[in-house]
Amino acid sequence: MIELVTDICLMLLGAAIALTLWRLVRGPYLADRVLALDLLTMLGIGVIAVFAVRTATSLYMDIAIALALLGFVATAGFARFLLERRGP
Amino acid sequence: MIILAAVMMLVGSLFCCIAALGIVRFPDLYTRLHGAAKAGPIGAGLILLGAGVASGEAYTLLRAGLGLLFLVLTTPIAAHLLARAAIKAHAPEPSIVSIDELHNPRDSVPEQKPG
Repeated sequence: MIELVTDICLMLLGAAIALTLWRLVRGPYLADRVLALDLLTMLGIGVIAVFAVRTATSLYMDIAIALALLGFVATAGFARFLLERRGP
Repeated sequence: MIILAAVMMLVGSLFCCIAALGIVRFPDLYTRLHGAAKAGPIGAGLILLGAGVASGEAYTLLRAGLGLLFLVLTTPIAAHLLARAAIKAHAPEPSIVSIDELHNPRDSVPEQKPG
């Protein structure tokens, strides 16, 4: 049963990643693209957590937490870059 | 216990999917921020908690809870930083935004006196 559940979760997350990539390519401003990258990091955390259940390896949880840390720092850095930079 | 974990992971994945749909469908950056900022704490957080419950070990559940706590702390800050930087970098379209406190001082809410 847990295999079926993780399959459905991975499918939903894959659809979400595809939609987010569309916004990443399309996004009219740089801020939209930064937002899409932030959401991609969150979806990556979800995929890694689902993968930890699928393979029954709890070590993957540490990677998910590290990705959460890294994603916040990346978004803060991009926000500073948007502030310093002039133009659209 | 495994049923609870399965339900949490499914609900979290569904939340992530709806947030991505919101990223695509909402009209401008600020409404998109509203959609995307929910995906972190609720979507990814529920999946993390579900994975912690599914493992059945207290230590893994504690790590999942720490990850969830960190997501809850940082996601609103990241969304706020991004919205503020976007407002400073290029002004929002006036047809969508009805109150613009940063550019129009006359729209600003009067300051409240302390106490």
